[in-house]
Amino acid sequence: MTSIDTKQQLISAFCDFLPATAVLFKDEDLHPYECDGLSAYRQIPMIVVLPESINEVQRIIKICHQKNIPVIARGAGTGLSGGALPLADGVLLSLARFKEIINIDPLARTARVQPGVRNLAISEAVKEHGLYYAPDPSSQIACTIGGNVAENSGGVHCLKYGLTVHNILKLDIVTIDGELITIGSEALDSPGYDLLALMTGSEGMLGVIVEVTVKLLPIPEQAKVIMASFDDVFKAGNAVANIISAGIIPAGLEMMDKLAIKAAEDFIHAGYPLDAEAILLCELDGSSIEVNELIPLAEKVLQESGATETRLAKDDIERARFWQGRKSAFPAVGRMAPDYYCMDGTIPRRELANVLKRITDLSKEYDLPVANVFHAGDGNMHPLILYDANIEGELERTEEFGARILEACVEAGGTITGEHGVGMEKIDQMCVQFKSAELSQFHAIKNAFDPDGLLNPGKAVPTLHRCAELGAMHVHHGRLAHPELPRF
Amino acid sequence: MTDQSKTIQQQIQNAFENKTACRIIGANSKQFLGNESNGETVSTKNHTGVISYDASELVMTVRSGTSLKEINDVLSANNQSLPFEPPGFSYDATIGGTIACNLSGPARPYTGAARDFVLGTRIINGKGEDCRFGGQVMKNVAGYDASRLMSGAYGTLGVILDVSLKVLPTAQTEVTIKIEQPVDVAIQTINQLSTKNLPISASCYFDKHLYIRLNSSEQNTLAVSKRICQQTSGVEIENSKEFWHSIREQEHEFFKTEKSIARISLPSTCNNINFDDEQLIEWGGALRWLKSDLDIATIRDQVQKLGGHAAAYKNFESHIEFFQPLDAGLKTLHQRLKQGFDPAGILNPGRLYKEL
Ligand SMILES: Cc1cc2nc3c(=O)[nH]c(=O)nc-3n(C[C@H](O)[C@H](O)[C@H](O)COP(=O)(O)OP(=O)(O)OC[C@H]3O[C@@H](n4cnc5c(N)ncnc54)[C@H](O)[C@@H]3O)c2cc1C
Repeated sequence: MTSIDTKQQLISAFCDFLPATAVLFKDEDLHPYECDGLSAYRQIPMIVVLPESINEVQRIIKICHQKNIPVIARGAGTGLSGGALPLADGVLLSLARFKEIINIDPLARTARVQPGVRNLAISEAVKEHGLYYAPDPSSQIACTIGGNVAENSGGVHCLKYGLTVHNILKLDIVTIDGELITIGSEALDSPGYDLLALMTGSEGMLGVIVEVTVKLLPIPEQAKVIMASFDDVFKAGNAVANIISAGIIPAGLEMMDKLAIKAAEDFIHAGYPLDAEAILLCELDGSSIEVNELIPLAEKVLQESGATETRLAKDDIERARFWQGRKSAFPAVGRMAPDYYCMDGTIPRRELANVLKRITDLSKEYDLPVANVFHAGDGNMHPLILYDANIEGELERTEEFGARILEACVEAGGTITGEHGVGMEKIDQMCVQFKSAELSQFHAIKNAFDPDGLLNPGKAVPTLHRCAELGAMHVHHGRLAHPELPRF
Repeated sequence: MTDQSKTIQQQIQNAFENKTACRIIGANSKQFLGNESNGETVSTKNHTGVISYDASELVMTVRSGTSLKEINDVLSANNQSLPFEPPGFSYDATIGGTIACNLSGPARPYTGAARDFVLGTRIINGKGEDCRFGGQVMKNVAGYDASRLMSGAYGTLGVILDVSLKVLPTAQTEVTIKIEQPVDVAIQTINQLSTKNLPISASCYFDKHLYIRLNSSEQNTLAVSKRICQQTSGVEIENSKEFWHSIREQEHEFFKTEKSIARISLPSTCNNINFDDEQLIEWGGALRWLKSDLDIATIRDQVQKLGGHAAAYKNFESHIEFFQPLDAGLKTLHQRLKQGFDPAGILNPGRLYKEL
């Protein structure tokens, strides 16, 4: 059977139960779905479906399963690792129409929401009850909760309040058999394996999330933010360690380097000091008694760590502005060059100086500027490499540069991705981070959920074959990766 | 401080080749949890030591046989602690057992469970392979979260060799308030208070009294305590530390019984479940200990309807499944995962569920 036949058959099977507007198959309708937030990778899918009910999702998946067609789930498509990148012979399953907040239980501090609900929409909806949903990725106005679960997204407040995995209670998923399964519960634990943890961050490879129950937290009575300027990035790094050593857990602790400061300031006019080499934003929240106790303590630590200036946001408006500069850092940097490439390595914080130095050296070597934005509290770095894809070879150079940053993170005892996921983008670096036995174990997990490999195939976990081929091309420090495998 | 990784790996490799069942133990203080499981003993007891700890990183990496006591001592010297306040149930309880059983104490609803603080694990899987998942950093989404999966797997997916945990500073001051209230009112009270931004760190209901622990800076703790006492006619108790110790370690009189005790996990706001028997309620209403002659199937039926589940925790007949049985879809997934980590079925067979 030709692929055209397959496509026709699928379209008519889907149109049996979906309205015509929910089945897209013409080139011009498919284009908006060709990439996610990592636009360097593009692929037109065979078909896009936009179901509205769980039953429809189940039927779509059953049909695909039966015909052996790959299914790629998609939320808002803001992912930065090509996780929602379509396949030419695959069905793209958009959850965009699952927009309902099904139930809010203020006393139990939970909300049941559909997967296509935007992250920020949850906090907005529960605000009247004095509650909010804590994980706040910078993309929160657009990204969906389903995507957040699939990526285990974080935000600027995760040092104190945790990642997505710490803030959800229950998921309904549709498996590749089209079965609806509930994972977790509204109680604080569930019998059996922690499948909730396994699903979180699984990048659409284990099941399609069709409902999420999130935990809500009381909005802190007060939050204040200090902006500290430094004439040296390393001093800023030490200040972070000193804050934590003083027993303070800030709600947010973010760092930006000079180039990032300039970009954000030009874009947002947040009031950032343009002469600083680095700034730290340190937010403290809690009761007013707590905050008033902690602010002077934190200011003292920052000053003793060599801050050239500390500024307390004078009111909530200024506080919001300080944060807006940080949260807009990616688009702001995006204005400085035709393209930027965002990295996501995480390192033990004590390695910060070494890794930053390495990035600076690599930046010279590749002749590409880098702006650094950094979830400093939890060691998650976002070096943004500026480049121009229209210059021949520059994208390839950028990718190579990025890969080397990630390898430096692994060498420093860290990881290739803190929150953006592996997706298509970092699949080769997985070979650097994991040994064959570990990768095989990941494949065994995948196999337990999706034996035919139809859910988002080819992402997140490389085949051993791929790693071996890569290893043959790229002998790392004289050590051959995966030496036990035959070379191809 | 000794590293027994190679010995343990060798033991599992041999067991895999010979298809012999292994019974994994640390200090063997959690034997009463889960079903009975027989096999050759694989002990982590001598695989001990803090591998790395840097207070300013908030991360500690330890070998699984390290005792909770040693860990707590090292942490408290830096004014930090394990935020999930794990029970030991024995002076020599190990961190490996604690993580394998995902055990958390009174602070659970307010700070998180053991699994929430797991950053990475190194395990020997059922084929005798040495695998590291997660890492020593706060954020890590490379690969599936196999490290958290070990928490609560009761050793059925791998022998935990090392574990990296997030730790946190310990709050300065602790105060416990005691309020006399009927049980339904108390469940309401604790849930209502939890919707406010208050430094609540534990709660318990027993014998007509609600106990609420606050942990924060001195000034904040005292101010909040005063407010709650005024609103509820509560009083501060004298022996806060001893009280919570007795709850956490289950040395409290409630647990001293020949009767069966079911561990019932429920959405925190559920009204008092209408069993007439004696109860002790923890975790803001989400954990209810029931001392009862009822059979476990009856209890399970009723709590399942309320969105919860029940474990046959203590003094039940040994043939009863310890944990609430899974429905068909979940059961299949569990069997396939077990197969994926432990194809020969040699790691603590039957401990979590008889068919696993
Ligand atoms: C400007 C900008 C800033 C960002 N800042 C942050 C940040 O601070 N922190 C952070 O963590 N991330 C950040 N991101 C990355 C991104 O927003 C997150 O990864 C987000 O969670 C993706 O959500 P989405 O709905 O767009 O998912 P998509 O991009 O549509 O999909 C992401 C992955 O999830 C899968 N998926 C989506 N929905 C489902 C579902 N219902 N069931 C199963 N699988 C599903 C997809 O297959 C894909 O693998 C940022 C991105 C941008 C563009």
